[in-house]
Amino acid sequence: MNENFIQINGISKHFGNVKAVDDVSFSIKEGEFFSLLGPSGCGKTTLLRLLAGFEYPTNGNLLIDGSDITALPPDKRPTNMVFQNYAIFPHINVEQNIKFGLRKLGLTDDEIKKRVNDVLALVKLEGYEERFSGQLSGGQRQRVALARALVRQPKVLLLDEPLGALDKKLRDEMQLELRTLQKEIGITFVFVTHDQQEAISMSDRVAVMSEGKIQQLSAPNELYKNPENIFVSDFIGETNFLKASTRSKDGDHINVAIEDLGDFKVKNNLNIPENSSDVVCSVRPESMMISRDKSDWDICLEAKINQTSYLGEMTRFYVEVSGINKVITVSSQHFDNQSFENNTCFISISLEDISLLQKK
Amino acid sequence: MNEKNNSLLVYTLIYFGFLYIPVLFLPIFSFNDANYMSFPLAGFTTDHYEEMWSKRNLHKALWASVKVGVVASVVSTAIALLAAKAFVRYKFRGQNVSYGAIMMPFLIPEIILAVSILIIWINLGFPLGLVPVTIGHILFCTPFAMLILIARIEGFDFSLEEASRDLGENAWGTFYRVSLPLYLPGIIAALLLSFIISFDEFILAFFLSGSDATLPMYMWNQMRFVKKLPHVLALGAVIIVFTTFIVLLAFWLRNVGQGKEKQDIAIKL
Repeated sequence: MNENFIQINGISKHFGNVKAVDDVSFSIKEGEFFSLLGPSGCGKTTLLRLLAGFEYPTNGNLLIDGSDITALPPDKRPTNMVFQNYAIFPHINVEQNIKFGLRKLGLTDDEIKKRVNDVLALVKLEGYEERFSGQLSGGQRQRVALARALVRQPKVLLLDEPLGALDKKLRDEMQLELRTLQKEIGITFVFVTHDQQEAISMSDRVAVMSEGKIQQLSAPNELYKNPENIFVSDFIGETNFLKASTRSKDGDHINVAIEDLGDFKVKNNLNIPENSSDVVCSVRPESMMISRDKSDWDICLEAKINQTSYLGEMTRFYVEVSGINKVITVSSQHFDNQSFENNTCFISISLEDISLLQKK
Repeated sequence: MNEKNNSLLVYTLIYFGFLYIPVLFLPIFSFNDANYMSFPLAGFTTDHYEEMWSKRNLHKALWASVKVGVVASVVSTAIALLAAKAFVRYKFRGQNVSYGAIMMPFLIPEIILAVSILIIWINLGFPLGLVPVTIGHILFCTPFAMLILIARIEGFDFSLEEASRDLGENAWGTFYRVSLPLYLPGIIAALLLSFIISFDEFILAFFLSGSDATLPMYMWNQMRFVKKLPHVLALGAVIIVFTTFIVLLAFWLRNVGQGKEKQDIAIKL
């Protein structure tokens, strides 16, 4: 398997003074489900459009499967795209939409027929050949867009927030289906989304973007467990930030003074220097424990519950710890809003669950 | 609550009466058995209509107007299509200036346009006739055609064109297979309206046509003779019916596939 199937080398894209993509370099593996994740305006869609050929980079070059595609127009690239609004041609039917891109591939009529039938079966759209875009539901349109791109057997499939327009239940179904489909056909997928849950649940690897730069590129569980900076920690899932400053190092651990809490020794994965005051500690709401009685965890604090919100599979508590001027979020599967008398509780933190991050 | 107020209705009726009653006199008198347009009506006749069949000059003028109209509408719609696409799709330097330049013939008095062309044409040493009339009509029709096409193209989803490029079509293939069929109702509406504008146009034709009369020129020439008036009325009535039909068709086409119907249109290439 080719580790450097898609190579993005020093790519920048400026629109006037705006650096939509700012000197980005990374590689995507062959057959990988790769996501570009970030808030709107972070440059993820621009990067996808650069790969598709709808934009040309200000600097840098792009390679797919060893050949330089930087200057190629979209119709000469080995990529196909599923558009955010699907862009189904409204004046031709589903079958003609799917056949649209086969005209120039020099296939025989039999080959075209076979490819169309195969792809219709793949996306479960048999029987819809004669329909027009206006006669299809959102989910069906999405399948047509997928079929129309896949029928050309591209080396890379680009997907621009394809699930954004669907309702929640359908979106969850399509997430699973897309993932299964990708593993089945083995084509490299580059998937753009602003939905962190979507990116995390579907991808082999995720690149988190913000302000035109890659903030972190890693497997989904790494993103969640070991965020490399404050942006990623904040963007992926929920977290509590506590101000802190570092003291002396101790092997792969470091002593920190967490504001209002005291001194602790935590792991230092990011190799943060000693005596730095520009650091924060991040603690996930679900890594903390909430209880009626005091626990023997590394840190145990008495707290008052301000507010609770019941989410079904868990309950989220917003608590105030005496001496800490900040509302802390804790989630629990075992307690609900009726569990505590007088809204008093204890929250416990294990030092293992504290990630130390550097401010910019 | 509100008392029912009919003043708007009255206003509307007066407005439409003012607009259309004079026009209605034309068909009424075209069936009147007299040379003068005056009441009381003298009796019903279709003689004036039959008379039209025998006027060789009328046929010549009709043919001239059709020729000018077809060429002017096709050329101005083609120019307008490219311009409209550019104005809607791209932001470029000098956009407002070039937009203003195309719209100019729509705003400056037609007589000035006509005189300007006349002076240039004569100074270049070319003979007057249908060619300068056609050129004048192209100038005059292009802004109308462009406004219609801009309205059409503004609602267009340009990701369809990107999708076509993505699926292996080059720029021309994309235009032919995606843009053109989707713009088609707008293009036909622009063609029809340009044709009608050219067909009805008098001032440019008056200055530039020389001895090759167009239909409005022919009618104007005939008006000077009392005896010839009735068949001009008949001709006028026919033109009103024909023009109304074309304009309605153009408006209908302009709206086809917009809004609710958008997804359902199916123009096969």
